[in-house]
Amino acid sequence: MSWLLVVLGGAVGAPLRYLTDRAVQSRHDSGFPWGTLTVNAVGSVVLGVVTGAVAVGAASDSVQLLVGTGLCGALTTYSTFSYETLRLAETGRRFLAGANAAVSVLVALGGVTLGAGLGRGLGG
Amino acid sequence: MSEVREPVDPDVDLRAAPEPVRVLPVLGAVSLGGALGAAARYAALLAWPASGAGFPWALFGINVVGSGLIGVLMVLVVESGLRVHPLVRPFLGVGVLGGFTSFSTYAMDLSGLLARGELLTAVGYLLGTLAGALGAVWAGAVLTRRLYRASEGRTG
Repeated sequence: MSWLLVVLGGAVGAPLRYLTDRAVQSRHDSGFPWGTLTVNAVGSVVLGVVTGAVAVGAASDSVQLLVGTGLCGALTTYSTFSYETLRLAETGRRFLAGANAAVSVLVALGGVTLGAGLGRGLGG
Repeated sequence: MSEVREPVDPDVDLRAAPEPVRVLPVLGAVSLGGALGAAARYAALLAWPASGAGFPWALFGINVVGSGLIGVLMVLVVESGLRVHPLVRPFLGVGVLGGFTSFSTYAMDLSGLLARGELLTAVGYLLGTLAGALGAVWAGAVLTRRLYRASEGRTG
Protein backbone atom coordinates (compact mmCIF):
# COMPACT_ATOMS: atom_id res chain seq x y z
CA MET A 1 0.00 0.00 0.00
CA SER A 2 2.75 2.44 0.93
CA TRP A 3 4.46 1.76 -2.41
CA LEU A 4 1.26 2.52 -4.30
CA LEU A 5 0.94 5.87 -2.52
CA VAL A 6 4.53 6.88 -3.35
CA VAL A 7 4.13 5.78 -6.98
CA LEU A 8 0.84 7.67 -7.36
CA GLY A 9 2.34 10.80 -5.82
CA GLY A 10 5.36 10.56 -8.10
CA ALA A 11 3.16 10.04 -11.15
CA VAL A 12 1.36 13.31 -10.37
CA GLY A 13 4.30 15.34 -9.03
CA ALA A 14 6.62 14.94 -12.01
CA PRO A 15 4.16 16.13 -14.71
CA LEU A 16 3.09 18.94 -12.37
CA ARG A 17 6.75 20.03 -12.27
CA TYR A 18 6.99 19.84 -16.05
CA LEU A 19 3.84 21.94 -16.58
CA THR A 20 4.81 24.52 -13.94
CA ASP A 21 8.36 24.79 -15.30
CA ARG A 22 7.01 25.27 -18.83
CA ALA A 23 4.49 27.90 -17.72
CA VAL A 24 7.07 29.88 -15.74
CA GLN A 25 9.84 29.66 -18.35
CA SER A 26 7.50 30.86 -21.12
CA ARG A 27 6.83 34.07 -19.19
CA HIS A 28 10.37 35.41 -19.05
CA ASP A 29 13.52 35.46 -21.14
CA SER A 30 16.15 36.05 -18.50
CA GLY A 31 18.07 32.79 -18.76
CA PHE A 32 17.57 32.24 -15.04
CA PRO A 33 15.88 28.92 -14.15
CA TRP A 34 12.89 30.46 -12.36
CA GLY A 35 10.73 27.44 -13.20
CA THR A 36 12.80 24.97 -11.19
CA LEU A 37 13.17 27.48 -8.35
CA THR A 38 9.36 27.81 -8.31
CA VAL A 39 8.65 24.06 -8.08
CA ASN A 40 11.38 23.57 -5.49
CA ALA A 41 9.96 26.41 -3.37
CA VAL A 42 6.33 25.27 -3.65
CA GLY A 43 7.19 21.62 -3.06
CA SER A 44 9.22 22.54 0.02
CA VAL A 45 6.35 24.54 1.55
CA VAL A 46 3.88 21.71 0.91
CA LEU A 47 6.27 19.07 2.31
CA GLY A 48 6.68 21.28 5.39
CA VAL A 49 2.90 21.55 5.85
CA VAL A 50 2.45 17.76 5.51
CA THR A 51 5.32 16.93 7.86
CA GLY A 52 4.12 19.49 10.42
CA ALA A 53 0.54 18.21 10.20
CA VAL A 54 1.65 14.58 10.61
CA ALA A 55 3.79 15.56 13.63
CA VAL A 56 0.73 16.91 15.48
CA GLY A 57 -1.56 14.10 14.34
CA ALA A 58 -3.58 16.26 11.92
CA ALA A 59 -2.61 14.07 8.94
CA SER A 60 -1.94 10.35 8.57
CA ASP A 61 1.20 8.53 7.49
CA SER A 62 -0.59 7.75 4.23
CA VAL A 63 -0.78 11.49 3.48
CA GLN A 64 2.94 11.75 4.24
CA LEU A 65 3.70 8.97 1.73
CA LEU A 66 1.31 10.17 -1.00
CA VAL A 67 1.82 13.94 -0.79
CA GLY A 68 5.18 14.18 0.98
CA THR A 69 7.38 11.35 -0.29
CA GLY A 70 5.58 10.87 -3.62
CA LEU A 71 4.18 14.18 -4.83
CA CYS A 72 6.52 16.74 -3.22
CA GLY A 73 9.52 14.47 -3.72
CA ALA A 74 8.83 14.30 -7.46
CA LEU A 75 7.55 17.88 -7.82
CA THR A 76 10.93 19.10 -6.60
CA THR A 77 14.20 18.11 -8.24
CA TYR A 78 17.89 18.20 -7.47
CA SER A 79 19.12 16.81 -10.80
CA THR A 80 17.59 19.58 -12.92
CA PHE A 81 18.78 22.18 -10.41
CA SER A 82 22.33 20.77 -10.72
CA TYR A 83 22.25 20.72 -14.51
CA GLU A 84 20.88 24.26 -14.78
CA THR A 85 23.51 25.55 -12.35
CA LEU A 86 26.20 23.82 -14.42
CA ARG A 87 24.84 25.38 -17.64
CA LEU A 88 24.88 28.86 -16.09
CA ALA A 89 28.51 28.37 -15.03
CA GLU A 90 29.53 26.84 -18.39
CA THR A 91 28.01 29.72 -20.35
CA GLY A 92 29.95 32.35 -18.41
CA ARG A 93 27.22 33.33 -15.97
CA ARG A 94 29.03 32.25 -12.82
CA PHE A 95 27.37 34.86 -10.64
CA LEU A 96 23.93 33.56 -11.64
CA ALA A 97 25.09 29.99 -11.03
CA GLY A 98 26.16 30.87 -7.49
CA ALA A 99 23.02 32.91 -6.93
CA ASN A 100 20.85 30.01 -8.14
CA ALA A 101 22.51 27.63 -5.67
CA ALA A 102 22.32 30.05 -2.73
CA VAL A 103 18.75 31.20 -3.40
CA SER A 104 17.49 27.65 -4.06
CA VAL A 105 18.82 26.38 -0.72
CA LEU A 106 17.59 29.40 1.25
CA VAL A 107 14.14 29.42 -0.34
CA ALA A 108 13.65 25.67 0.15
CA LEU A 109 14.85 25.80 3.76
CA GLY A 110 12.61 28.81 4.44
CA GLY A 111 9.77 26.98 2.66
CA VAL A 112 9.89 23.81 4.78
CA THR A 113 10.23 25.88 7.96
CA LEU A 114 7.25 28.09 7.07
CA GLY A 115 5.24 25.07 5.94
CA ALA A 116 6.01 23.07 9.08
CA GLY A 117 4.75 25.98 11.21
CA LEU A 118 1.53 26.10 9.20
CA GLY A 119 1.15 22.31 9.35
CA ARG A 120 1.58 22.18 13.11
CA GLY A 121 -1.10 24.88 13.36
CA LEU A 122 -3.54 22.43 11.77
CA GLY A 123 -3.35 20.37 14.96
CA GLY A 124 -5.25 23.14 16.76
CA MET B 1 28.10 36.50 -27.17
CA SER B 2 25.99 33.84 -28.83
CA GLU B 3 26.88 31.31 -26.15
CA VAL B 4 24.94 33.34 -23.60
CA ARG B 5 21.73 32.45 -25.45
CA GLU B 6 22.26 28.74 -24.98
CA PRO B 7 19.43 27.16 -23.03
CA VAL B 8 19.99 26.67 -19.33
CA ASP B 9 16.80 24.83 -18.55
CA PRO B 10 17.08 21.20 -19.67
CA ASP B 11 13.42 20.35 -19.29
CA VAL B 12 11.86 23.29 -21.00
CA ASP B 13 13.60 24.55 -24.09
CA LEU B 14 11.01 26.65 -25.85
CA ARG B 15 13.38 28.28 -28.32
CA ALA B 16 14.69 25.09 -29.86
CA ALA B 17 11.99 22.57 -30.60
CA PRO B 18 13.09 20.79 -33.79
CA GLU B 19 9.96 18.71 -34.11
CA PRO B 20 6.80 19.42 -32.17
CA VAL B 21 5.99 16.65 -29.72
CA ARG B 22 2.39 16.26 -28.64
CA VAL B 23 1.95 17.24 -25.03
CA LEU B 24 -0.05 14.22 -23.84
CA PRO B 25 2.58 11.57 -24.69
CA VAL B 26 5.18 13.82 -23.03
CA LEU B 27 3.07 14.14 -19.88
CA GLY B 28 2.55 10.37 -19.90
CA ALA B 29 6.28 9.71 -20.23
CA VAL B 30 7.06 12.24 -17.49
CA SER B 31 4.40 10.73 -15.23
CA LEU B 32 5.57 7.15 -15.73
CA GLY B 33 9.19 8.20 -15.21
CA GLY B 34 8.27 10.21 -12.11
CA ALA B 35 6.47 7.21 -10.62
CA LEU B 36 9.52 4.97 -11.23
CA GLY B 37 11.95 7.59 -9.92
CA ALA B 38 9.92 8.22 -6.77
CA ALA B 39 9.64 4.46 -6.15
CA ALA B 40 13.42 4.07 -6.53
CA ARG B 41 13.99 6.95 -4.08
CA TYR B 42 11.55 5.37 -1.60
CA ALA B 43 13.35 2.03 -1.95
CA ALA B 44 16.74 3.66 -1.24
CA LEU B 45 15.35 5.54 1.76
CA LEU B 46 13.90 2.28 3.15
CA ALA B 47 17.14 0.40 2.54
CA TRP B 48 19.30 3.06 4.22
CA PRO B 49 17.00 4.77 6.74
CA ALA B 50 18.26 8.04 8.22
CA SER B 51 17.53 6.59 11.72
CA GLY B 52 16.38 9.94 13.07
CA ALA B 53 19.79 11.46 13.53
CA GLY B 54 23.04 11.99 11.69
CA PHE B 55 23.96 12.51 8.07
CA PRO B 56 21.14 11.59 5.61
CA TRP B 57 23.36 9.40 3.44
CA ALA B 58 20.60 7.84 1.32
CA LEU B 59 19.23 11.13 0.00
CA PHE B 60 22.74 12.50 -0.35
CA GLY B 61 23.59 9.53 -2.57
CA ILE B 62 20.32 9.86 -4.52
CA ASN B 63 20.87 13.54 -5.30
CA VAL B 64 24.53 13.06 -6.25
CA VAL B 65 23.88 10.01 -8.46
CA GLY B 66 20.81 11.62 -10.09
CA SER B 67 22.81 14.77 -10.85
CA GLY B 68 25.67 12.77 -12.36
CA LEU B 69 23.25 10.81 -14.56
CA ILE B 70 21.48 13.93 -15.87
CA GLY B 71 24.89 15.29 -16.88
CA VAL B 72 25.46 12.14 -18.95
CA LEU B 73 21.92 12.13 -20.36
CA MET B 74 21.82 15.78 -21.40
CA VAL B 75 25.13 15.61 -23.26
CA LEU B 76 24.00 12.45 -25.08
CA VAL B 77 20.55 13.77 -25.98
CA VAL B 78 21.23 17.47 -26.60
CA GLU B 79 24.87 17.84 -27.59
CA SER B 80 26.08 14.60 -29.13
CA GLY B 81 23.68 14.58 -32.06
CA LEU B 82 22.70 11.02 -31.14
CA ARG B 83 19.29 10.28 -32.62
CA VAL B 84 16.97 9.24 -29.81
CA HIS B 85 13.22 8.99 -29.54
CA PRO B 86 11.71 12.40 -28.59
CA LEU B 87 10.20 10.89 -25.43
CA VAL B 88 13.55 9.68 -24.05
CA ARG B 89 14.43 13.03 -22.51
CA PRO B 90 11.01 13.67 -20.91
CA PHE B 91 10.93 10.07 -19.59
CA LEU B 92 14.48 9.76 -18.26
CA GLY B 93 15.42 13.38 -17.52
CA VAL B 94 12.23 15.06 -16.36
CA GLY B 95 10.52 11.91 -15.12
CA VAL B 96 12.91 9.29 -13.72
CA LEU B 97 15.79 11.52 -12.58
CA GLY B 98 13.51 14.41 -11.57
CA GLY B 99 11.33 12.03 -9.55
CA PHE B 100 14.33 10.19 -8.08
CA THR B 101 16.11 13.29 -6.78
CA SER B 102 14.36 15.66 -4.41
CA PHE B 103 15.05 19.20 -3.29
CA SER B 104 12.18 19.37 -0.79
CA THR B 105 13.37 16.27 1.09
CA TYR B 106 16.89 17.73 1.13
CA ALA B 107 15.52 20.95 2.66
CA MET B 108 13.45 18.95 5.17
CA ASP B 109 16.53 16.93 6.20
CA LEU B 110 18.43 20.20 6.69
CA SER B 111 15.60 21.68 8.72
CA GLY B 112 15.51 18.55 10.92
CA LEU B 113 19.27 18.65 11.56
CA LEU B 114 19.07 22.35 12.48
CA ALA B 115 16.07 21.75 14.78
CA ARG B 116 18.00 19.03 16.62
CA GLY B 117 20.98 21.35 17.02
CA GLU B 118 23.24 19.22 14.81
CA LEU B 119 24.74 22.35 13.30
CA LEU B 120 27.98 20.84 11.98
CA THR B 121 26.18 17.94 10.31
CA ALA B 122 23.65 20.38 8.83
CA VAL B 123 26.37 22.56 7.31
CA GLY B 124 28.25 19.47 6.10
CA TYR B 125 25.08 18.05 4.53
CA LEU B 126 24.12 21.39 2.94
CA LEU B 127 27.53 22.04 1.38
CA GLY B 128 28.37 18.36 0.81
CA THR B 129 25.24 17.75 -1.26
CA LEU B 130 25.78 20.97 -3.27
CA ALA B 131 29.43 20.10 -3.93
CA GLY B 132 28.68 16.42 -4.62
CA ALA B 133 25.76 17.08 -6.96
CA LEU B 134 27.41 19.93 -8.88
CA GLY B 135 30.67 17.97 -9.08
CA ALA B 136 28.78 14.91 -10.34
CA VAL B 137 26.80 16.76 -13.04
CA TRP B 138 30.02 18.44 -14.19
CA ALA B 139 31.95 15.15 -14.26
CA GLY B 140 29.07 13.35 -15.99
CA ALA B 141 28.84 16.00 -18.71
CA VAL B 142 32.60 16.38 -19.24
CA LEU B 143 33.34 12.63 -19.35
CA THR B 144 30.43 11.95 -21.71
CA ARG B 145 31.60 14.76 -24.03
CA ARG B 146 35.09 13.24 -24.08
CA LEU B 147 33.73 9.77 -24.81
CA TYR B 148 31.48 10.78 -27.70
CA ARG B 149 34.15 13.02 -29.18
CA ALA B 150 36.66 10.18 -28.98
CA SER B 151 34.17 7.81 -30.64
CA GLU B 152 33.46 10.41 -33.36
CA GLY B 153 37.20 10.60 -33.99
CA ARG B 154 37.38 6.83 -34.48
CA THR B 155 34.40 6.49 -36.76
CA GLY B 156 35.30 9.60 -38.75
